[in-house]
Amino acid sequence: MPKKISIALKRGASCVGCDIAVVNFSEHLFDLLKVADIVFSPTLLDVKYKDLRKMPDKSITIGLYHGAVRNSDNEEFAKIMREKCQVLIAYGACAHMGGIPGLANVSNKEKIFKTVYKDTFSTDNPDDIVPLTEWVDKRGHKLTLPEFYDEVYALDDIVDVDYYVPACPPTYDMNMKILKIIQDFVEGKALLPLKGTIIAAEKSLCDECPRKKEPGKVSIEKIRYITEVEADPDKCFLEQGILCLGPATRAGCGAPCIEANMPCRGCMGPTSLVTDQGGAVLTAIATVLGIDNEDVLISEGDIEELVSQIKDPLGYFYRFSLPKSFLRKKRQKEV
Amino acid sequence: MAKEIRIDPVTRLEGHAKIDVFLDNNGDVEDAYFQIVELRGFEEFCKGRPVEEMPRIVTRLCGVCPWAHHIASSKATDGVYGVKPPSTGLKLRELGYLAHFLESHLEHIYALGPAPDFIVGPDAPPEKRNVFGVIEKVGLDIGKRVIQNRAYAVKIEDMLGGKSTHPVYSIPGGVSHSITEEDRGEILKMGESLVNFCLFTIDVVDKFILKNKKFLDIILSKDIYYHRTNYIGLVDDENKMAIYEGKFRVVNPEGKEILKFKPEDYLKHIAEHVEPWTYLKFPYLKDKGWKGFVDGEESGVMRSAPLGRLNVSEGLKTPRAQEAYERYFEVLGGKPVHNTLAFHWARAIECLYAAERIVELCNDPEITDKKVRNIPDPGEYRGEGISGIEAPRGSLIHHYKADKNGLMTELNLIVATAFNYAGMNMSVKKAAKALIKKGKYDQGILNMIEMAFRAYDPCFSCATHSLPGTMPIMVNIFNEKGKLVDVIKRK
Repeated sequence: MPKKISIALKRGASCVGCDIAVVNFSEHLFDLLKVADIVFSPTLLDVKYKDLRKMPDKSITIGLYHGAVRNSDNEEFAKIMREKCQVLIAYGACAHMGGIPGLANVSNKEKIFKTVYKDTFSTDNPDDIVPLTEWVDKRGHKLTLPEFYDEVYALDDIVDVDYYVPACPPTYDMNMKILKIIQDFVEGKALLPLKGTIIAAEKSLCDECPRKKEPGKVSIEKIRYITEVEADPDKCFLEQGILCLGPATRAGCGAPCIEANMPCRGCMGPTSLVTDQGGAVLTAIATVLGIDNEDVLISEGDIEELVSQIKDPLGYFYRFSLPKSFLRKKRQKEV
Repeated sequence: MAKEIRIDPVTRLEGHAKIDVFLDNNGDVEDAYFQIVELRGFEEFCKGRPVEEMPRIVTRLCGVCPWAHHIASSKATDGVYGVKPPSTGLKLRELGYLAHFLESHLEHIYALGPAPDFIVGPDAPPEKRNVFGVIEKVGLDIGKRVIQNRAYAVKIEDMLGGKSTHPVYSIPGGVSHSITEEDRGEILKMGESLVNFCLFTIDVVDKFILKNKKFLDIILSKDIYYHRTNYIGLVDDENKMAIYEGKFRVVNPEGKEILKFKPEDYLKHIAEHVEPWTYLKFPYLKDKGWKGFVDGEESGVMRSAPLGRLNVSEGLKTPRAQEAYERYFEVLGGKPVHNTLAFHWARAIECLYAAERIVELCNDPEITDKKVRNIPDPGEYRGEGISGIEAPRGSLIHHYKADKNGLMTELNLIVATAFNYAGMNMSVKKAAKALIKKGKYDQGILNMIEMAFRAYDPCFSCATHSLPGTMPIMVNIFNEKGKLVDVIKRK
């Protein structure tokens, strides 16, 4: 009987959909428990921060962290997980790239607080109260809250990460892949993957897309939105002029959104060939929009013209990856 | 369970929720706070996003109830675009959403709410007080039935939504695809199984809880789990419970209707209060005003979700759920029911309603119609939409404003758990006050306090929607000098 390994799970700024994804291991959760003990998981077990702190450094074999880093609590736990785990996995789109909560990087703490606690239609707050990291009530009772940061970070912005499991949330098949990796490792059949591996497919979503594409026959005059057209359920979305992030997005999810007749929004992140997902989408769309003749170079004017047709390019191209985008790095430089 | 004395005044916590209990000179409870320690700020970062994408973005508000936000959002976008979905589109939205109600409610009942507490027993060792302990107690065959029927609900969500968690189904004007005759047959079969399973679940409530005098006494006791509050929920034209379409009805602690309004008029009747010690706001009745964490007729506090929904409605529209509804009020002494632990029973009754309604929809010949969506007419564009629906955890409001290009300019979300947040604080404080006397408390108190808010199935404790039914929560006890003297936690 091979020696069992230990696993720790921790969430950051997350919607908990990743926890549900782990629950959706379903009966295979028992298979996981055959090869691994879950030693820390505030979600699954009632263990505390202090218990984790007490564990020797690197005493946990694998740590799974899901959610982005949005506040002081998230950051502290990300660091503790790194200290205690030999291998740290960023699980799900938020830990991987910041995810949808990462869209908040278009704004900052002050603006978010103003909107949420002051401007929203039903908020009645004449005294301009906002949540405070420390507050003392009239009887002298002190209450504390984690500090809300100006920016959202992906896990590897804060600590060193060994592997990534993309998607929002990771699918059943992806979970089975992780299970196999862990089982093989424990049973001595295989080593763990190379550091930095993204546990998904290497190709783009288009490679596993069930829809028909007609190469060379693409001719789109205009970007279309789902509120304007009835999407043909068999035909490539981009060929219909509907924005789809498939060409710039990593495969491995099984294309469930496409199956439901909705275009891809890129939760799997960019393929291994590119680092900036938004930039890759732009190139892909330029290609599909008929500027794919090798003799024709895309001029900046063409790109501008294309982009001008797309409402909210930031929200489409960086839906799940704004904290990892070049845009953000640029902004940081400016600051 | 172990107790831990901390000297360090700085506290840390796990998960989203924290309870701080403050004692006075006599060691009695002076105050208790139930804090929500997180914010992500959707109301800010959704500005500038395309309205039509909102149903795919706001799902990430919550991985446990993504369908509630998905459906509320698409309904609000209908308003923005001035489009009405065709009849089949509406029915398919409802179908997916009912499956979600079942998934969400069944998880609570079997994995973290009443089943671990009552079937396994409130005094059972904590490591047994979880879904596996439930399976051990009721037998593997029944355990398999539980897992299989939850899986049916998830399967229906998958078939329609593409993904059960974070569906992409509902869009302005309808849904993204129709269903085939084969799909209909498959969903019908699963729906029929779910009806039987929900009838069984109601029997379980009967057998394990109501027939046990000790448990029934706890439920009916007014000392710990009882608050006379106002209630809010969506009803149809006949005042029957509604989850997708209807008017909000508010009844006072006497059960008398004091308000009935269209979701579009919510700003006339509901406002939200901000406290400096928590990231979540507190909705209250505008007419009454915010009077603090108090119950009674004059308070602006209302309670929502299954307890509220049954209290504000005059019945359920499916036959067997209606029978269960009648029995509920008969046993609990008439309307309204103020006993917080009755949430669990009400939740089981709603499951039966959802399952019966799934079968009804599958037997509706229109359900396989190919016309599932209307494309918005640009001439009808209104730029503003408000939707009010019932989420598993309570009333839910999405309010969107957009510019002429279809980009969001402002939005307001009043989420289901928020409607019960004041009530939860009151319940926690009342339980703490009733149970901690003269500085004496033990681990058992934590369970009793947990039961006070667990009944609400709060969504910020989504964490508890995972396997064993414990919540990553800690109770900090502060002495009269405000010094942290104790941290009670589950081991």
